[in-house]
Amino acid sequence: MSGMNSSELHQLGVVELARLLDQRQVSSVELTRHLLGRIAGSTDLGAFLAVDEDVALAQAAAADAWRSRGIGGPAHTLLGVPLAHKDIFVTRDFPSTAASKMLDSYRSPFDATVVSQLAQAGAVTLGKLNCDEFAMGGANENSAYAVARNPWNRERIAGGSSGGSAVAVAARLLPAATGTDTGGSVRQPAALNGITGIKPTYGRCSRYGMIAFASSLDQAGPMARSALDCAHLLQAMSGFDARDSTSADQPVPDFVAATIAQRDGASTAQPLKGLRIGLPREFFGEGVSADVLAATRSALTELEKLGATLVEVSLPRTELSIPVYYIIAPAEASSNLSRFDGVRYGHRAETYKDLNDLYRKSRSEGFGPEVKRRIMIGTYVLSHGYYDAYYLQAQKLRRMIADDFQAAFQQCDLIAGPVAPTVARPIGSQHDPVAEYLADIFTLPASLAGLPGISVPAGFGAEGLPVGLQLIGNYWQEGALLHASHALQQATDWHRKAPAGT
Amino acid sequence: MSLTSEDVQRIAQLARLELSSSEQDVLLRQLNDFFGIVEQMRSVDTRGVEPLYTPLSTIQEVALRLRDDAVTELDQREANQRSAPAVEAGLFLVPRVIE
Repeated sequence: MSGMNSSELHQLGVVELARLLDQRQVSSVELTRHLLGRIAGSTDLGAFLAVDEDVALAQAAAADAWRSRGIGGPAHTLLGVPLAHKDIFVTRDFPSTAASKMLDSYRSPFDATVVSQLAQAGAVTLGKLNCDEFAMGGANENSAYAVARNPWNRERIAGGSSGGSAVAVAARLLPAATGTDTGGSVRQPAALNGITGIKPTYGRCSRYGMIAFASSLDQAGPMARSALDCAHLLQAMSGFDARDSTSADQPVPDFVAATIAQRDGASTAQPLKGLRIGLPREFFGEGVSADVLAATRSALTELEKLGATLVEVSLPRTELSIPVYYIIAPAEASSNLSRFDGVRYGHRAETYKDLNDLYRKSRSEGFGPEVKRRIMIGTYVLSHGYYDAYYLQAQKLRRMIADDFQAAFQQCDLIAGPVAPTVARPIGSQHDPVAEYLADIFTLPASLAGLPGISVPAGFGAEGLPVGLQLIGNYWQEGALLHASHALQQATDWHRKAPAGT
Repeated sequence: MSLTSEDVQRIAQLARLELSSSEQDVLLRQLNDFFGIVEQMRSVDTRGVEPLYTPLSTIQEVALRLRDDAVTELDQREANQRSAPAVEAGLFLVPRVIE
């Protein structure tokens, strides 16, 4: 390797690595080896569920071969860049477990569309990342295999459900990773680990090959250390897919161009001039801890300095989003997870009396407690006599919540608020599942409405733990979210802070 | 309204889950806690509101897409059965259903 100190490679983001790869200052194989070494030395973080050096190095060598044939430049930013996938995306080359015993060592016959699109763009896959079982949780404590640990303080939760993805990016094991977000699972772990993560509009990224949790909510999203790096990944991940019945046939804009574009009437000093940012008063009440509120407000002050105007708006049904989400998501989950019957794939009990007993025993042994809890809630609210009172009522309220956003967007271009009410809590400190659900209050509304949302680092709260600022856009406005986030990241260095020892 | 342990057993049966009695006790308490926070939702007047089954129908008509009635998949039986617990002669095996 020439000119580049390999001990610093892991500090670099996607765009910086692409430049080095382009200039032949490092090869993808060298970069991949370096990160594989870091991953092997960081197993205590619990970020990965599977790593395959041979697969990764073969992909890296293939990327190097393309580059040696002159393929490169801005159209091929991801060529040779290492990343890994949340273990919710099915992959041919690695086991796909959803962090569940139910799918222990399961091998998918196909790749998820997001996986194949990133591979098509030349990204190198190092492995699969830890998460909550079937993406159900907000702490990564529900993984059947390992608790992922927050690199800022290993006794603290990683957040979830895309906890392993956030930990790997924050701990500089990877420049970027994929995640999925059903009720906040990209945004919340991004916030708790001090990285950037965007959940696009529902329908933007294909759900084909994402192990289904709640089909009307699930979306894939990239996680990286900057908004610009997220833009590069989102570009490759987006687009219509005939294999996903709810994939939107919507043109994909140039997200990178949108991220760095100059707004009409804006200046270098005031890149956000003219941008109206709405602050829902329900997001700034007593439900937010003082340290998170202070960090959120300091980030908003920075946005103001950059030219944005802050206006107060209201999302009056914010609190109702908790019961609404926790009716709808478990209802869809109970239906989706009925496919795990111990017959076609997944765990099968050793002994059983008959077919029904096989179903019951296989499912009871294969699923963990949170998954069972949600299947029970979902089964109940869909059962005869309760459907109208719970499920239908929740779906009606869901429309009211989505309409509230449209009313708010009459007064503003983006909405801002905290991502989570507190910084990462200690591992093992929460035993009440219902109390844990309440902590999702600020990410659920945008999920229910299907709106895009991003979490960007906003400094630090108690114990020096990271805080994220959430920005929510109207449908298809990912570019505006990335643009505002990028402007913030040009003016501040919160997103460049790394945990000690990385 | 509170769930009873009979309700929990009935739901478990519908969900094809076999729960130990201690699991049932814990779940009964947790489900009742959960439905405690659901109560506030039930009292909202939603008369005349259309349910939002899929989020994009907030702003546009969303119709289920149809495809041509044509074979598009290749035969991947072997790959699809690779992870099956019990397979014989290309068939998934289950316990005898009809005596």
